[in-house]
Amino acid sequence: MALLDIQNLVVEFQTASGPFRAVDGVSLHVDEREVLAIVGESGSGKSVSMLAVMGLLPWTATVTADRMSFNGRDLLKMSPAERRRIVGKDISMIFQEPIASLNPCFTVGFQIEEVLRFHMGMDRAQRRARAVELMKLVGIADPEERLNSFPHQMSGGQCQRIMIAIAIACNPKLLIADEPTTALDVTIQKQILDLLVSLQAKYGMGLIMITHNMGVVAETADRVIVQYKGRKMEEADVLSLFESPKSNYTRALLSALPENAVGDRLPTVSDMLFEPAPSGASA
Amino acid sequence: MSTTVVEGKNIVRDYHIGGSLFRGQRTVHAVKGVSFSVDKGKTLAIVGESGCGKSTLARIITLIDPATSGELFIDGNKVDIARNALTKEMRRKVQIVFQNPYGSLNPRQQIGDVLGEPLLINTGKPAEERRDLAMKMLKKVGLGHEHYNRYPHMFSGGQRQRIAIARALMLNPSLLVLDEPVSALDLSVQAQVLNLLADLQDEFQLTYVFISHDLSVVRYIADDVMVMYFGEAVEYGSREEVFSDPKHGYTRTLFAATPRADVASIKARLAKKKAA
Repeated sequence: MALLDIQNLVVEFQTASGPFRAVDGVSLHVDEREVLAIVGESGSGKSVSMLAVMGLLPWTATVTADRMSFNGRDLLKMSPAERRRIVGKDISMIFQEPIASLNPCFTVGFQIEEVLRFHMGMDRAQRRARAVELMKLVGIADPEERLNSFPHQMSGGQCQRIMIAIAIACNPKLLIADEPTTALDVTIQKQILDLLVSLQAKYGMGLIMITHNMGVVAETADRVIVQYKGRKMEEADVLSLFESPKSNYTRALLSALPENAVGDRLPTVSDMLFEPAPSGASA
Repeated sequence: MSTTVVEGKNIVRDYHIGGSLFRGQRTVHAVKGVSFSVDKGKTLAIVGESGCGKSTLARIITLIDPATSGELFIDGNKVDIARNALTKEMRRKVQIVFQNPYGSLNPRQQIGDVLGEPLLINTGKPAEERRDLAMKMLKKVGLGHEHYNRYPHMFSGGQRQRIAIARALMLNPSLLVLDEPVSALDLSVQAQVLNLLADLQDEFQLTYVFISHDLSVVRYIADDVMVMYFGEAVEYGSREEVFSDPKHGYTRTLFAATPRADVASIKARLAKKKAA
């Protein structure tokens, strides 16, 4: 059975100029121990669909779906209180801007322990021990010392590690990483991706990696969903996606990578999108 | 015969920080003696992680900040903005495009005024001529006349970056400094902007100093590559030299960290995962 199963998800925002459909009939599922990547450009609805799963969208959004179940339980029918017990515990999320997602007024130790207090009901000593353990796990040196640091005293990479520590604190079954490395340098990006993948394998989590970077997809994913303007364009396992992309859009994205450039000009998505598929690939 | 447009000799930039009653002054050596030269119509890419001094170097080349020591030549003339006031002629020659097109355009200024302002400040051209030149430049960067009276918030990120490039080109500069011009853009838009830059370089014989941390972009656009690490240029050479035979350990780390999107490396990763 799939860990997360979404059928025909539609998210609409009420705007001054009428409803805007950000996600338009997306279906997806993630299994345990699986890394699913959702790729798309800004405005493709990749983050919005995952925020809908977390229940983090503002009130202007209307979420409808034929089915949205996590671990066999229907997320749409749950009361907000029930849902809050799942979100942050069994499903947790890492955001793009690590420094902006941490609260600048509290120490990182407090912020890790807050999750443990709320979801696990641990006492003070247990919380402290677990926080130290988590910080070791995500690779922060001197965890006892660093617990008392504030976010601004740490680098972007370290803050992202703290975010990961908070996200995995309650041993989630599903971890959603929304562009976890976009704001970071390449060398730090590598470390964070390695960390996420090793934690995923160690604890058998499902991992959803939202990204626009094809390199990140190639380095982490088992299965890939390509989204464009709120619709799913293609779903394939990572190797066949790169070897023989089926949709025109995916092909356009791959050829827009500078490393795939032939000659002096890069093909752009608009050049490619409306051309017929070359023979041999089924559309 | 190629001419050198910009040349730096042993450029150093120190920043003095703090210093209070209780704490001594601290000096940060942001750039520690970097030398380079770029010929007309060529592109020098400067690569490095955040905090390595690449943007400081960009500010020095753009004549925004003076260097603490070292010599900077633009079109063969020595420039020292710490001693001599910057002439309008010099300001015309070097222009910059910043990383974030959302932050680098004034939200209360119409695009026509954005493009006209460099002319207003640096030249004595009448309003009508400024308007004509701005219209022409809009066309050049792939926008239309109808965009002249719009405000920045009405444009997408890629279009805004086109406007920033257009503004930089209004004064017909010989050297354009591009500080991470495509890192805030989506992949397909990035491709369009890179194409535009290549076209403009051909048309105007522009010289680029291209600052980036994305090696795949650098490999595509650069003629020469300089890798900076903690304020020093640890590697400097032609693109082929640097990419085929990286000498410094940091360059190799950088290459190893860049995610690879080719089929062979995906196969290798999946095989490794299966074995584990």
